[in-house]
Amino acid sequence: MTTSAWLLEVNDIRAAFGGVRALDGASFSVEQGTITGLIGPNGAGKTTVFNCISGLVEGFAGAVRFDGIDIARARPEVVSRSGLVRSFQLARGCPRMTVFEHLMLYGPKQVGESVFRALANPGVVRRQEQALRERAYEVAKRLRLDHVLDNLVTDLSGGQKKLLEIGRVLLTDPKMVLLDEPMAGVNPTLVDEIADQLAAVRDSGVTILLIEHEMELIERLCDDVIVMAEGKFLTRGSFDEVTADRRVQECYLGVQLQ
Amino acid sequence: MTTLSASVVCGGYATAELIVKGVDLTVAPRELAVIIGPNGAGKSTFLKLLAGLLPKRTGDVSIDGTTLPAGDAHAACERGVSFVPQERNVFGSLSVQENLEMGGYLLRSGLKSRIEEQLNRFPMLRGRLRDKAGNLSGGQRQVLAVAVALMTNPSVLLLDEPTAGLSPAAAKEIFVLIRELAASGLAILMVEQNALLALEYGTRGVVLVAGKKLRDDAAASVIEDDEIRHLFLGRAAPEIAHRH
Repeated sequence: MTTSAWLLEVNDIRAAFGGVRALDGASFSVEQGTITGLIGPNGAGKTTVFNCISGLVEGFAGAVRFDGIDIARARPEVVSRSGLVRSFQLARGCPRMTVFEHLMLYGPKQVGESVFRALANPGVVRRQEQALRERAYEVAKRLRLDHVLDNLVTDLSGGQKKLLEIGRVLLTDPKMVLLDEPMAGVNPTLVDEIADQLAAVRDSGVTILLIEHEMELIERLCDDVIVMAEGKFLTRGSFDEVTADRRVQECYLGVQLQ
Repeated sequence: MTTLSASVVCGGYATAELIVKGVDLTVAPRELAVIIGPNGAGKSTFLKLLAGLLPKRTGDVSIDGTTLPAGDAHAACERGVSFVPQERNVFGSLSVQENLEMGGYLLRSGLKSRIEEQLNRFPMLRGRLRDKAGNLSGGQRQVLAVAVALMTNPSVLLLDEPTAGLSPAAAKEIFVLIRELAASGLAILMVEQNALLALEYGTRGVVLVAGKKLRDDAAASVIEDDEIRHLFLGRAAPEIAHRH
């Protein structure tokens, strides 16, 4: 494989918080057009890697390259404008907005965001907004959020907030998404459907890096699985390869070794 | 030994319509009842109503026959009910030690030995006592939240998705522990989306849909019900069950 196939490259990241070494030289790469799983025990540093990549950690050491560009320590909005968008483990949202308003926030490259251009091109703005409305509605319907579109985000259940988090990411038209446990708290039947959608998103050319503890999902979706432990890269390979690794069985899957 | 009982419980939030629409449920000591159902069915809201966290409640919630006043979480706590919410269940800016101390706020004595008890139960917390809870990983935070809830030595435990965010190994450990807690005499009511695994450890399965109880039966028979499997446990469920 040539190096150009790597869309995201993380090299020797180190980060510590209040004396706790969360990342201790983590390195890995993600291939363009794949769904790559990121698994590991609790406290392995998976979410911290996401935070470093997406510009939420100041003062970490190491390199992050996305689409050939150095984005290490870039501001979060710079990272997301470059086409790298993430979801959060604890979905909060903007409390005073409805579900629909919330989804509408994330339409990319909206002409109407600039007052001048909004006044100069009212027709373009109207058409763009109409298209965005239709997309927001379509995404909400797929995620079974269409019947709560007018509810405040704060009135959603925990699982519904997670679904909205996925919807938000899908609406940004990204090159790559980092999903932090998108299925935790989502009903198993809906998990199946969302898995199908994530596969469709991948097939449309979007690269996905997925933190998830639901192994059935990792097995079904991931082209490649990276395992982290204690702030470091442990191993990578297909689902069958990594789950056959005794170290992974012991530290993560909780298999009793004979 | 304490029995939690709910009779025709209805309720919701101030601004919205009723979320829970008349649920009857009794959880006896040594029972581990698992509530499953689609997102937005009212599972978390039901737990909050039982914990006295929502003022808008009708129907009766009682502990050993004594009614708990609606919207009075203090009364519920004093009567031995402990609740672990799904989100924001620890104080992120306080240390692990301080979180445990807050959990034991009502204790008049024996705070130290109670903390020691939790550290023996959850060894992973011992090395992190001085770290801020906000710096724990999602899974570690969940373990701390359960430990904090146990500080008051409750007789009824309400758990809202205790294994969300936990690795498969850690999730199994938590379920084993919860089962042990139930076996030791607690009445436990748990909401879980990790439904199949939860039912394997639980004694009873309760299906909640659109604010109403659809089914309440032995966990084993809920797992084996084809319709429930199809609707709530995911179509891939039989394979998972096979693997365990």
